[in-house]
Amino acid sequence: MTGEQIIFILTALFTLGSGFMVVTSRNLIHAALWLVSALFGVAVTYALLSAAFLAVVQVVVYIGAIAILFIFAVMLTRKDMRDQGPQMNSNWWFGALLSVLVFVGLFFLLQGWNGLSRTASEIPAGFDAISELGDALISPDAYVLPFEVASVLLVAALIGAVYVAAFNRK
Amino acid sequence: MVPLSWYLIFAAALFSIGLFGVLSRRNAVAILLGIELMLNSVNINLAAFWRYGDVLQMTGQVFAIIVFAVAAAEVAVGLALVISVYRRRNTVVADEINMMKW
Amino acid sequence: MGILTGWGMPEIAAQILIGFLGIFVLVALLMVLDIFLVWVERKVVARFQDRIGPNRLGPWGLIQPFADIIKLIIKEDTTPGGADKVVYNIAPMLSMMSVLILWAVVPLAPRIIGVEDLNIGALYIIAAGAIGTLSIIMAGWSSNNKFALIGAFRQVAVMVSFEIPMLTMLLIPTIFAESMGLNAIIEAQDIWFVWLAPVAAVIFLIAAIAELGRAPFDMAEGESELVAGFNTEYSGMKFGMFYAGELLHAFTFGGFMAILFFGGYRFFGLEQVSAFLAIAIIVFKAFIGYWIIMWVKYTLLRIRIDHMLGFNWKFLTPLAFVLLMVTALMNALLAGYRDGSSTMWIYVLGMFLSNVAVGWIALEVARAYSRRERQKVEGAKKVATT
Repeated sequence: MTGEQIIFILTALFTLGSGFMVVTSRNLIHAALWLVSALFGVAVTYALLSAAFLAVVQVVVYIGAIAILFIFAVMLTRKDMRDQGPQMNSNWWFGALLSVLVFVGLFFLLQGWNGLSRTASEIPAGFDAISELGDALISPDAYVLPFEVASVLLVAALIGAVYVAAFNRK
Repeated sequence: MVPLSWYLIFAAALFSIGLFGVLSRRNAVAILLGIELMLNSVNINLAAFWRYGDVLQMTGQVFAIIVFAVAAAEVAVGLALVISVYRRRNTVVADEINMMKW
Repeated sequence: MGILTGWGMPEIAAQILIGFLGIFVLVALLMVLDIFLVWVERKVVARFQDRIGPNRLGPWGLIQPFADIIKLIIKEDTTPGGADKVVYNIAPMLSMMSVLILWAVVPLAPRIIGVEDLNIGALYIIAAGAIGTLSIIMAGWSSNNKFALIGAFRQVAVMVSFEIPMLTMLLIPTIFAESMGLNAIIEAQDIWFVWLAPVAAVIFLIAAIAELGRAPFDMAEGESELVAGFNTEYSGMKFGMFYAGELLHAFTFGGFMAILFFGGYRFFGLEQVSAFLAIAIIVFKAFIGYWIIMWVKYTLLRIRIDHMLGFNWKFLTPLAFVLLMVTALMNALLAGYRDGSSTMWIYVLGMFLSNVAVGWIALEVARAYSRRERQKVEGAKKVATT
């Protein structure tokens, strides 16, 4: 058991545990905070995969913006400070069955692929992932078009969200 | 070293946990929380395949960044809709939002 | 580390132990510095307000912060009635944590740095700020108190909004140094970046003061307005952690101003002499930055929350984007002049003038806008008095 394997197992258990608490927490604010810890676990996973930029952007975008948005939304959509009523709907056993089936199905699907247990190759020396990523995002024969379309999507989402949630005085 | 299979199984488990959240929660905001977990699991898959494949091809990381942007946009619009529905119908329980117009 | 492996400890455990030891030493030094910062803060605010400040305990009141700490420790540690205990207790810890983890990327000397020059150091600053934002909302919500919640909402809105100009201004040293790593940025500062992009330094300062939640942007702990904002219900050492964390955060951002725009530990080659000299240089520059932040706090009045947000979204963010584009363009155009030391002055002059021109145009636009607003208001007044 190398150190890297131990760290990965701890991170994976932490993230999966937090994810489970997200979907089973009765108190919605607690669910949002468990989401924060799950997202942090995912950021640690990115760091383990040497995707440093993804790890930092995960913390900035997901934890610093999306999780806070969730907390605000939970606060703005509750009639009082306590949760009432059951928090799982009446078909939750079917949801559990389906998710277990999906997991088992994915597991067996992966077993049938022979490249499964390959290990990571060494990163070549002097490889600067950030500048390679920057080149890939803006060079015309790489991914500049999805990048620009994503920015248009974000502007559309910005305008749409502001319009939908604006307080209309009638 | 950590074999690729561990990362993929981890992502699959996170995906199914998110799926369980989406299918069985009553509150609309809680459903969106489950969707976030699913999107994160997909991102882990992409990053793992980038690392364990050809590191010089940045496709995996670029795809993951686009997924970040799309997830952020979707959460923003989704929560705006939920808040707007709450203002009209005074409820966020998904079962009770079942009439198009009264 | 050779000693520990010589004693039979496996290599990986020795590395982990040395790592922890380094972290422990750095955190201990930072906490001692924090105590000193409390004293500095109180003396400086006193001088700004034309009085002396604490001078009873010890020479020049140096024992005063220790007395403060003893008072905070022996205070009763209350938890409000309907509060969410776990979240309430974790929030001060998260707030302090988000400040301490910033010091992992601060280069103290040419070869002393927490993490071996993280190549995304500049972005890491924003990530640590995001965790701080989260801790404030946890504090405000779990206090079960309307005023705390309003204070937390306002503070989080300000912090999230001002992250955008700050992030954009962090990209400008990145363009000059061609790397986001903080050590690389310092190494590239043969000419301090403040001469190349002065308006960027000013915008970064404004955004940093807003991120810190200090006056004139301290709507959250609007002392005498919202009781005490999000730390209304905190007493004793938990409040102490918020307060000390805020001061240390201010000092850390003074340090980042120094690193990004004022050359970090470089001072005309003096840093090559000894590592301690380099550390002294960066601490000195960080103190100058901290003094500027304190100066702004004790001189300016608090800005109203909607003015604050309007200032950010309508003035600062467009200015930041335009500045980034102009700087990148000029950098690409004048790149040829950068190599030779005789033509370097063309580069410096070009960048400086283009930056100042953008800032000037922005101020003229703001001035024209405010003139129009004033005419609308004062024009109406004149009609009413006839």
